[in-house]
Amino acid sequence: MLINILFYVFSATLIGAALGVVLARNSVHSAMFLVLAFFTSSGLWLLMGAEFLAIVLVLVYVGAVMVLFLFVVMMLDINTAQMREGFTRYAPLGLVIALIMIAEIAYVVYYRHLDLNAELLVAPTTAVAVSNTKSLGAVLYTQYAYPFQLAAVLLLIAIVAAITLTMRARPNLKKQDISAQVAVGKADRLQIVQVASEKRP
Amino acid sequence: MSLLGLYNSLAVSEQVALIKTVQIIGVLLAVVICVAFMTLAERKVIGWIQGRIGPNRVTLFGIPFTEGLGQPFADVVKLLFKEIILPANADKVLFLLAPMIALVPAFATWAVVPFSPEFVLADIDAGLLYVLALTSLGVYGIILAGWATNSKYALLGALRSAAQIVAYEIAMGFALVGVLMASGSLNLSDIVRSQAGALGWNVVWLAPLAVIYFISGVAETNRAPFDVAEGESEIVAGFHVEYSGATFATLFALPEYANMILIATLTSVMFFGGWLSPFDGYLGAGSLLSQPSFLWLAIKIVFFLFCFLWFRATFPRYRYDQIMRLGWKVFIPLTLIWIFVEGLMVYWHIGPWHR
Amino acid sequence: MPSVKSITKTLLLTELLQGLALTFKTMWKPKFTVYYPEEKTPQSFRYRGLHALRRYANGEERCIACKLCEAVCPALAITIESDVSDDGTRRTTRYDIDLFKCIYCGFCEEACPVDAIVETRIHEYHMENRGENIMTKDKLLAVGDRYEGMIAADKAQDAAYR
Repeated sequence: MLINILFYVFSATLIGAALGVVLARNSVHSAMFLVLAFFTSSGLWLLMGAEFLAIVLVLVYVGAVMVLFLFVVMMLDINTAQMREGFTRYAPLGLVIALIMIAEIAYVVYYRHLDLNAELLVAPTTAVAVSNTKSLGAVLYTQYAYPFQLAAVLLLIAIVAAITLTMRARPNLKKQDISAQVAVGKADRLQIVQVASEKRP
Repeated sequence: MSLLGLYNSLAVSEQVALIKTVQIIGVLLAVVICVAFMTLAERKVIGWIQGRIGPNRVTLFGIPFTEGLGQPFADVVKLLFKEIILPANADKVLFLLAPMIALVPAFATWAVVPFSPEFVLADIDAGLLYVLALTSLGVYGIILAGWATNSKYALLGALRSAAQIVAYEIAMGFALVGVLMASGSLNLSDIVRSQAGALGWNVVWLAPLAVIYFISGVAETNRAPFDVAEGESEIVAGFHVEYSGATFATLFALPEYANMILIATLTSVMFFGGWLSPFDGYLGAGSLLSQPSFLWLAIKIVFFLFCFLWFRATFPRYRYDQIMRLGWKVFIPLTLIWIFVEGLMVYWHIGPWHR
Repeated sequence: MPSVKSITKTLLLTELLQGLALTFKTMWKPKFTVYYPEEKTPQSFRYRGLHALRRYANGEERCIACKLCEAVCPALAITIESDVSDDGTRRTTRYDIDLFKCIYCGFCEEACPVDAIVETRIHEYHMENRGENIMTKDKLLAVGDRYEGMIAADKAQDAAYR
């Protein structure tokens, strides 16, 4: 009973937040709605017994990704009126994409109904028996060890590529070498000079 | 009908819910009162270190020999009665929402903290992850406050704080990975239990990680010497320039001090054996001193809280780029190296992994 | 490139620990704080506090409205208006000092040829309403009348150095 109420509350909030992301005029408000959406979906996952995924969703998306997102969005100075000009032009395209996505979800839900249900039923039972994190880790590091490592390497390559693309050494850029500054000792900066004292005339 | 009769007439699940609610309220009240006295302790300790005596006027309800102890309550009353000023160009909703958002993670994390062998509000399996997830949320209050104020100083403070917290979050996470490897569990109570016995505390084998965790904790709570987000000498007061009265108290004082107490608690739990006695494993199980209890945890928390104040009174503020260097170029590699070393220790069964 | 020695020193936090040890030691040293309202630090007779206008022993105002103090005042805190008084002498009709503007430099006191305007050693005063920061002639004279003994003693001590 309580679970059902919570489910509907979370779902309603999630849909509201998702609408807010799209409809909010201010981009920072949109980002905050996105945070709320992540939170509520994490709550939904918790209801399904996927506590590890729920917490990791908050940790990764809310705690790290959205912070950086906000970081960028806060400094943007977007002219919303100009942005809106193309709205009617792109509306049909957006509508088509939305329809395709809805069709896909409908296909998954209705035509593969049995499969989905089976998977959903399997997950909570294992979660109750063993810790959710443990069961996930056991699968991830044995059965899927190779794809997991592959994904990790792929992400690493993405990071390296992104850094090499953006980190270009500009020739006339002046910057401080902090390591050198920190490594400075007394001998590098201080010179004690013996000065002969003046004779009294 | 007496209250006890009323209680007995409830269903068992309702009784449990009632007890939990009372416990939660109790823990929150305890945290808030600790925060109040933490502000006093801070002013006292820093005063002593600087050759002063600190607040020594306000008594507790006029009781003699409590001079100064009433100071936090006087401060609270003052702050609550001050005017809340809304800057004209501020984003009103987020401006008022930010202090509340800052408050939530600072309090919610206490749910999984094991206070004693018997008492923990929510003994969940993914406790460590929960802690990590919630501590990473603390930055939202600061970022939103900085942005919603619509002031350049506040925005700069918010950006600094965001970059800093993201940087130190990673080092903190890696330090906790070390703890996870040592105790083989994400449950905080299990982590404490795994540290029992002589030389059992995680700090013995994970000393670098413990140091890095605590220093990152100091950085994460925006405390000196990492308080560039406030940086009163260059950006006035950073993210809370325009906050006053009650919003100032809830945005700045409450979460900051609650987070300090939290970091001190988590350091004790993760690395210093939580509620385990420091004499455990040396004095024999029968000795009174080696019994696990909340008292030991409290002593450890007080010590680490003192460290927070001690650091503030000792070290000058870091420059911003130095903070970034320390986080990204020193702490993260160091934690990775030590996790590798720990892996080798596990592989060769050295230290606590010999069994 | 930092040496191995300096790297180990950094990693072992030796310098930080030295600093912490120092502050920990200072924490237990005796404190210097003066418990202010009960205890007070000694005050010089040259202390430059609240202003006062003095009178001669026969009750005659010293101030002759020469406006030297107004001219010398670096903060433009003094405003003087003058007129011929009933007995034919030159007197001020208005003598205002704005305590918010005043920087307590003591130039007015030094400029005064008749030792009329002085700065007393009174420093514990306050205002509660807007406008009270203006010390009018009446208020200044009242301060002078009330503390004449103290002012005269202080000035006598200082006279040798003037």
